[in-house]
Amino acid sequence: MLKILYFAALRERMGCNEEDLTPPPSVTTVAQLITHLRDRDPAGTAAFAQPSLVRAAVNQEFANLQTIIRENDEIAFFPPVTGG
Amino acid sequence: MATIRVQPEPFDVGQEIAQLSADRTDIGGLGCFVGLVRGNAGDHALDALTLEHYPGMTERSLAAIAATAEDRWSLLGCTLIHRIGRLAPGEPIVLVLTAAAHRGPALDATAFLIDWLKTKAPFWKSEQSADGTSRWVEARDTDDAAAARWTTG
Repeated sequence: MLKILYFAALRERMGCNEEDLTPPPSVTTVAQLITHLRDRDPAGTAAFAQPSLVRAAVNQEFANLQTIIRENDEIAFFPPVTGG
Repeated sequence: MATIRVQPEPFDVGQEIAQLSADRTDIGGLGCFVGLVRGNAGDHALDALTLEHYPGMTERSLAAIAATAEDRWSLLGCTLIHRIGRLAPGEPIVLVLTAAAHRGPALDATAFLIDWLKTKAPFWKSEQSADGTSRWVEARDTDDAAAARWTTG
């Protein structure tokens, strides 16, 4: 199982802060997880409509599309950061 | 070891400087940047900014950014404070303090820290306008360019 967190605009479009998810066994990278969530329901389609505006973290470290995900990982999706 | 805090409360710049330099005689210069909430976004007035963050990852990334600066400029101390929640125009939002033996490292490290913080720490701002609407602030290419200058040349 994965713990998935959403922040800022992605949180609003997904309609939740976080969820526990057991993805299909074929999902082993961040890119594959994004595709899975995008195709799962209309909220996912809206949240991941613009891939260039989605950033990801795996276990609280910035990740890229090729980053491998494993059982019990904490995955976060969010827009480019705007602090400071 | 840097002082890192993420908090809704305001901070006292004088008190933070006093803490960073207390009982030290090796510090020759302190660098300081204070970010404030601007009361406008382009051509319209703002009621407030609201800061969201990723608890856990925020502290980790700020600590990593601070460690990079401490190592690169041989800092003698460093304080990073970022506020979260709803902030009114004019309120302080972020504090960067550096302590070094000389002014050059203190000033350069301060600029580096705010540039990297803006592009590498998981904070997101939303703007609340006077007409009641709210919108997420978009990341700016100029911030990426400012951060990139520390890794090129």
